[in-house]
Amino acid sequence: MRPLTLTLSPGSGGEGILYGVHVSPDLHIKLNGEELQLHPSGALWWAAERTLVFADLHFEKGSSFARGGQLLPPYDTRSTLARIAALARHYAPERIIALGDSFHDRDAANRLDDNERAALRELGDRAEWIWIEGNHDPHPPTWLGGLITSEIAIGGLIFRHLPSPQPAPGEIAGHLHPCAKVTRRGRSIRARCFASDGNRMVLPAFGAYTGGLDVRERPLRALFADKFLAYVLGTKRVYAVAA
Amino acid sequence: MRNNGAAAAALPPRFADWFAARGWTPRAHQLALLEHARDGESVLLVAPTGGGKTLAGFLPSLIELTETPKRARARALHTLYISPLKALAVDVARNLEMPVAEMGLDVRIETRTGDTPVSRRQRQKYSPPDILLTTPEQFSLLLSHRDANRMFEWVKTVVLDELHATINTKRGELLALGLSRLHTFAPAHRRIGLSATVADPVPLQRYLVPQPPIGEAKSALVIGQAGAKPDIEVIASESYVPWAGHMAYHAMPDVMGAIRASTTALIFVNTRAQAERIFQALWRINEDNLAIALHHGSLAPEQRRKVEAAMTRGKLRAVVCTSTLDLGIDWGAVDKVICIGAPKGAARLVQRIGRANHRLDEPSQAILVPANRFEVLECEAARDAVLAGELDGDPPRRGGLDVLAQHVLGMACSAPFDADALYREVKTASPYRALTRDTFDRVVDFVATGGYALKRYDRYAKLRRMSDGKWRISHPRIAQQYRLNAGVIVEEPMLDIKLQGKGRPVGAGGRVLGHMEEYFLEQLAPGDTFVFSGNVLRFEGIRENAAYVTRTQDPEAEVPSYNGGKFPLSTFLARRVREMLANPKMWGSLPEPVGEWLRIQEWRSIIPSPNQLLVETFPRGSKHYLVCYPFEGRLAHQTLGMLLTRRLERLRLRPLGFSANEYALAIWALRDMGGADMDKLFDEDMLGDDLDAWLAESALYKRTFRNCAIISGLIQRRGLNEEKTGRQVTFSSGLIYDVLREHEPDHILLRATYEDAGHGLLDIARLSEALRRVKGRIVVKALDRVSPLAVPALLEIAKEMVAGEAHEDILREAEEALIADAMRR
Repeated sequence: MRPLTLTLSPGSGGEGILYGVHVSPDLHIKLNGEELQLHPSGALWWAAERTLVFADLHFEKGSSFARGGQLLPPYDTRSTLARIAALARHYAPERIIALGDSFHDRDAANRLDDNERAALRELGDRAEWIWIEGNHDPHPPTWLGGLITSEIAIGGLIFRHLPSPQPAPGEIAGHLHPCAKVTRRGRSIRARCFASDGNRMVLPAFGAYTGGLDVRERPLRALFADKFLAYVLGTKRVYAVAA
Repeated sequence: MRNNGAAAAALPPRFADWFAARGWTPRAHQLALLEHARDGESVLLVAPTGGGKTLAGFLPSLIELTETPKRARARALHTLYISPLKALAVDVARNLEMPVAEMGLDVRIETRTGDTPVSRRQRQKYSPPDILLTTPEQFSLLLSHRDANRMFEWVKTVVLDELHATINTKRGELLALGLSRLHTFAPAHRRIGLSATVADPVPLQRYLVPQPPIGEAKSALVIGQAGAKPDIEVIASESYVPWAGHMAYHAMPDVMGAIRASTTALIFVNTRAQAERIFQALWRINEDNLAIALHHGSLAPEQRRKVEAAMTRGKLRAVVCTSTLDLGIDWGAVDKVICIGAPKGAARLVQRIGRANHRLDEPSQAILVPANRFEVLECEAARDAVLAGELDGDPPRRGGLDVLAQHVLGMACSAPFDADALYREVKTASPYRALTRDTFDRVVDFVATGGYALKRYDRYAKLRRMSDGKWRISHPRIAQQYRLNAGVIVEEPMLDIKLQGKGRPVGAGGRVLGHMEEYFLEQLAPGDTFVFSGNVLRFEGIRENAAYVTRTQDPEAEVPSYNGGKFPLSTFLARRVREMLANPKMWGSLPEPVGEWLRIQEWRSIIPSPNQLLVETFPRGSKHYLVCYPFEGRLAHQTLGMLLTRRLERLRLRPLGFSANEYALAIWALRDMGGADMDKLFDEDMLGDDLDAWLAESALYKRTFRNCAIISGLIQRRGLNEEKTGRQVTFSSGLIYDVLREHEPDHILLRATYEDAGHGLLDIARLSEALRRVKGRIVVKALDRVSPLAVPALLEIAKEMVAGEAHEDILREAEEALIADAMRR
């Protein structure tokens, strides 16, 4: 077992692999006038606001399944936390937004162990956290600190968990766990992706055990009036692909 | 048939009279088996089809049951018969009713399968029949019941049918573990194993008896009279033999002629795609409208049953089938077996040929139809082996830890267990003879709380250790979940194939044609065409749990294979093919085009000796090729290809891709690979770090992990309230693998996966042996152009896709296509 070591102090920064996250140049896109960077880990970096955004962390999804008799490896929370910590160290954000469903169920926060709580507190000390309420976690725990809200507008953007059924310029949402299948020459690859038409965006799920919904399925297609792109997560970079 | 009065005297009068009335004489092996069984000994009967093998297996039980008056018997199960096929269990029960009725024996015979109604299952528990016929899965489920001992403690005999087909599989491991528990319940019972001819009966003899803590035990052995040697004809045209492909279209008129000349023919092929295509090709030339049917695993069960029923009634002239009909019910009318394509192994060929044999003293009629030049060599080698009575045997496998985990939970569902006692019991099963106590304890820990170094799941434990030291299930729900998920056959996740009208939006409804493996459908792009259930279909897309298709007029499907050959060329047959290739004296018996092909190869390049590995390099078009000929089967070659391309990449030779078939591996690159140090390139050490690095991201390996996770109970196929769809399981098992590998690489389930991959989808064990064999024996030939031997491999590059693995290059290409689209004026 690998020990849980989440150090946020500056170390060997720059390019390279940190806790499985490739820290390298991101894909820059414009959304409702704001410039955003899409990171291959599935995180969104808004440099102008020094804001880092994650969707659908689903902490303790493993133990949630364990309660039902499927004893999945109990390492999903620390795996997710380690990747958040690596990105926080890389970008040094002032604000971190978790776009809802941060906890897999209402009891999930109670199942965190001391190490994981400490890691979360340490992250809380590093930046101002905004916990958006999700359908899995309508009431995120208050001991986490930070702001708990159903949605928040900053600059030209509005952050919420469920994408609005109406056209929503500047909306950054989660919930749908988009993923894309790309087929070429009789081979195919399936990976998580950002989905955006340049007007609004759905983030991929960031949690270690979170599955995906194909971008061509109705719930995702319905959000975009016209053509939209899938920004597919590769191991080292993000690829823009027609959805 | 010779008269054997003394032998008949060994039978009680009622049985002797019955044999006489039918004009039969008991066969020597039937009597020998009877003698062993009377002494209470377990015994293996090896005999070809048509030798009265099944009756031999039941004679001791029938006689014993008749000799003991009903009222003196316990109202208890006397004989348990276990067959790998549900249909076979039902058929054998029916056949057994005949002698029982004709002799007026007071014996109750029943079957128990997944189709048995609940009421009858309940009754079987408190009022068991004398003889119960069932499958390994049902046996395992029965043992997990709370009062299993009451049902089994009087069992006198277990009959294991088709043991050769069960032994080296996970079902065979599950069955071995079940038998170890039966031995605890009924220590005096004897076992009778029935097997087709095998190269080495000893592993089967060991399987049949409980293994002692030290040393080995084996059952008695009775070998039945050998049947007449089969007539095997290899059809290969003197004028035309295809270079590549697996369809043998050129030989269809010959096949049609053979069908016309027989009463009923079984036409065996190796893949479902082949079955579909050959079925179509035969119907295109079926001018007499002969009743030719199709049978393979993707067809709807009702359709398969219809074909089987028509076969039983003698209504069919031919059935094109896959391995689904390798085993099973005896169809009296079958008088010819036609095998299209590679036989793969001598034992498999004997098994298939045996399907046409019902009289021991008459030769079975078989025709082999090679579809390409290498297959001509393989067919000839297989025929020689069968006629020489030589067979290939797989070395016995070590029992899987995933199967053990399932068994441990099943035992806990039955009754609290003592770990020491269960460990001793499990070790009596021959596949688990070498199981260490430490591994066993880790498996128990895995079943109880997941077996993680991080102890987080004590409160969700499935098993708890009580104050008396015994392990018991923590909640009755655990037993319900176990029963819902028991079994070791993991179905690939399937999608429905829905046919929709042209021009309608994808996903807008349609008629269900059947179902296919998701992983095959995931490889398709909209517009690809493939054959299914006799139709050429155009793939439109996947929505939710269905793949949508439309009909197309295009007569040629583009995508050639799904679920390409399950069984690799056997090691034994591969050696014979290498020997035939290396010996020009044997080329004379080959068709002229094949002989000429080899002679030009000898002149232009090299014919390797049986223990050498030939590596050729040459340029062609703008690319450089490396082709090698290990003859170790597609799976091992695919693994080799993955590992070699990694190494070539490190050598900066810019490999672009590779293609593997049963005989050869071809790699193409931007730079000339001829200068590479081949001894170093092919060194065994590739099975160290390179293998490890590849496994971390291999889709095939993740599929192996998923199977182990399901069998071991980590992932449940079915919940108590809902049926989980395969799609969800596939996706999340990959993520679970990633996290487990990162945080606990020596977890017991990863070890189970690695051991499984040694023999399964990656065939690492075989590759490792091959690399050892050719060490220091690599012959390299740098050519200025393609060699004759390399042509088939190169032709397949154009036709066959490499299964399973896709790289991120695909994403880059898709992005470039998008940019190109955007920049077009």
